[in-house]
Amino acid sequence: MEPATLTDDALIAYLKAHEQKELLRFVTVGSVDDGKSTLIGRLLHDTRGVYDDQLASVRKASARRNLAARAEGAEVDPFEDIDFSLFTDGLQAEREQGITIDVAYRYFATARRKFILADTPGHVQYTRNMATGASTADVAIILVDARLGVLAQTRRHAYITGLLGISELVVAINKMDLVDFEESIFHRLVADCRAVIDGRGFRNVTFIPVSARRGDNVARRSPKMPWYEGPTVLSFLEEVPLDARLAGAPLRFPVQYVIRPDLHYRGYAGTLAVGTLRPGDPVLVLPSGRRSTVEAIDLYHTERASVSAPESVTLRLADEVDVARGDMIVSPEAPPRVRDRLRATLVWMHDRPSDPHRRYLVKHTTRTVPAQIEAVLGRVDLDKLDTAPAEALALNDIGPVVLRLERPLFVDPYAALRATGALIVIDALTNDTVAAGMIDAAEAPPPTGEAARYESPLAAGATKTPKPLGRLVWIRLAPERDRAEAYALTAALETALDARGERVVVTETEASLVNWTTRLAVEAGATVLALVRQAAPDHLAETRSTLGHGQVIVAAVPDAPEGRDAAVAAVLAALAARRDAQA
Amino acid sequence: MRDPGVGLSPERISHLRLLEAESIHIVREVAAEFANPVMLYSIGKDSSVMVRLAEKAFAPGRLPFPLMHVNTTWKFAEMITFRDRFCAERGFELREEINHAALAEGVNPFDHGSSRYTGLMKTQALLAGLKRWGFDAAFGGARRDEEKSRAKERVYSFRDKNGQWEPRAQRPELWNLYNSRIHRGESIRVFPLSNWTELDIWQYIYLESIPIVPLYFAAERPVVTRNGQLIMVDDGRLPLAPGETPAMKRVRFRTLGCYPLTAAIESDATTLPAIIREMLFARNSERAGRLIDHDEEASMEQKKREGYF
Repeated sequence: MEPATLTDDALIAYLKAHEQKELLRFVTVGSVDDGKSTLIGRLLHDTRGVYDDQLASVRKASARRNLAARAEGAEVDPFEDIDFSLFTDGLQAEREQGITIDVAYRYFATARRKFILADTPGHVQYTRNMATGASTADVAIILVDARLGVLAQTRRHAYITGLLGISELVVAINKMDLVDFEESIFHRLVADCRAVIDGRGFRNVTFIPVSARRGDNVARRSPKMPWYEGPTVLSFLEEVPLDARLAGAPLRFPVQYVIRPDLHYRGYAGTLAVGTLRPGDPVLVLPSGRRSTVEAIDLYHTERASVSAPESVTLRLADEVDVARGDMIVSPEAPPRVRDRLRATLVWMHDRPSDPHRRYLVKHTTRTVPAQIEAVLGRVDLDKLDTAPAEALALNDIGPVVLRLERPLFVDPYAALRATGALIVIDALTNDTVAAGMIDAAEAPPPTGEAARYESPLAAGATKTPKPLGRLVWIRLAPERDRAEAYALTAALETALDARGERVVVTETEASLVNWTTRLAVEAGATVLALVRQAAPDHLAETRSTLGHGQVIVAAVPDAPEGRDAAVAAVLAALAARRDAQA
Repeated sequence: MRDPGVGLSPERISHLRLLEAESIHIVREVAAEFANPVMLYSIGKDSSVMVRLAEKAFAPGRLPFPLMHVNTTWKFAEMITFRDRFCAERGFELREEINHAALAEGVNPFDHGSSRYTGLMKTQALLAGLKRWGFDAAFGGARRDEEKSRAKERVYSFRDKNGQWEPRAQRPELWNLYNSRIHRGESIRVFPLSNWTELDIWQYIYLESIPIVPLYFAAERPVVTRNGQLIMVDDGRLPLAPGETPAMKRVRFRTLGCYPLTAAIESDATTLPAIIREMLFARNSERAGRLIDHDEEASMEQKKREGYF
């Protein structure tokens, strides 16, 4: 195809085709010695992802190096005319200057897809960088040196890749030219790799024998390895199916921004994290628990008939419901978990280790909440791949923790839904991003010691029973009055109920959050003592309508300690009456 | 108006729609989490795309932040004409920042060298503008594919109290969860187009019919040849060497900046498809036409540290 012969019509057809291209994000993992830079340079070069001026400067640098090598009497391979690793040497320069070694992003396209490649260095800081590069990737390519075989780092790389939820893994057995393109060596390495990779949660693992330096099985099939019949690296990237696992996933729409240009328009702007949406779909708004219907889906001057994750749109709802940034619009039939205490696996990314007494912020979708790391449940030993007890997580450590959140988040297990299972941890004082977290499928273990008092009402009640069995005691924290009495009443109630063997959950919360955050616990039969801030009369009514009128008992907070016993007795009597009525 | 649905089937979203969605997400996130953002508007093609994405992010509302143009006073005259008309038509609030002190001292790209000139008229003016209005987040249209040192740039790039970039202070960026916490006096630069390539930008301009400065299209223009590069004689301020006479040539620009520092290419491309065709067969990167990048090795890295975009 020559520019001169390409007519405008042909070009417009080309553009049309290009517009239809899919986007694939992948991450390459491995150290410099594995030939990772060379593989990337090859991919860029063979897909015309480099320009002549860049090629010329790489040729010049390669020639300079070869000249120096020859001057010292070294043999220089004719394939070294272009050192493909130099296309990505931005990081090399950094290493020499001793500054942060980082993830670098590269771009190239073929006739079928556009590719975004996250290039992560293999040696230093690999955990942090790999996690960063892998967080947005659909596919990971791990490099293995055919001469060295499976190393400890292959195991680590596979573990982190799996942890970050990548389902498609490619293991490129590189430097096949240095083992005479020997089929038996490839098969032996495949078996060795399988031993460390199987069970890491990959949907699919593809092994490809390559020589990045010569280009064998990178973009073109290797004539030296006729025994290999699988895809080349590039043809694999072009053909691997995208996001099949998200078909039919429930709706998750975290609200980013409320658009209100005038009194007639109120739109909720955001990016569909998961799922598909059409006008007319019923939705549930969290945390209010209100239900509505999608009236329209706007994007600029168009109304969309259907949108899917991860498109960015603006929703209008059929009803006047109060929705703010940080709220989430979800499928009513498959809502996320609502948790103010949760278990997550953290990748620690900062020099300062985790500290149970330090204040952190957790950012999850568009919601940022104050948090504490209540417990470190262990630290993953990346060589043995088991979890050992640990007090704290230090830089590049990985381990499960319990996060206690000041306000609830609307979460899914990361393994099921990446977008609503991911979070970052920010140091509230320094503002540094200190960790990345993946919410576990397992619930947080029951709290111990001091933490028990603050147990989330939800950790207990994940099961759904049709009819609420428990009760909610509404204890108002009136701003105009001394709160000490409200807390003292709560403590007295807790002691009394404990003595009777009741399951008690104490929570302090904003009125607007009461409905949803306590519902599951009440449904599961717990007695929830809810210390409610900023209460307005209709919030109580709302709570009653959600939980059932009889399930909610309002405690009369006394003005002075003298009235406390009577207040406790009144609540206990009301609870007993309710239990009798239910029986 | 109903969505025509071109390439937008729910099962398969094209790469341009994904890039669009990602950029809109970033723009909204910054508008929601920062107190006083601004969008840097350079009048170039990338800026034009960025502004369109911002319009999409808040439609039918207005942009919740102003645009700022750092005017070195050596921009092509056509750029300024385009800027003023574009902002007036769209109802954008435009802030213009000029380093008047340096201007009064006669700073220009010829006597002071492109590097010092850029430092004063571009970087210093930018920092002064951000400070004057107290902006805590500034959107820029830079892309990672432009230049090697940009490949590792974050979407949120943190600047200290002096507006400078410290590589060690940059935060890890995972998923689409951006840490927007800053201390008083600190700020960020935000690059919503990080993952776009030059072809993506042109394709989007074509698909969305986004208006761009006519200098991108080929026309007869007066140019002189210096060091093998075509420099347009945009006004009488360009000093001509003895015997040097401007010649009319059919040229256009792949990138726009200060006219004495921006080389033209000979071209017949007068339509968007023709520009894209040229680009598809281009054998040099677009920054090859920017004289400033060739000044010294690692020049972009150095400028970034000083506060340049």
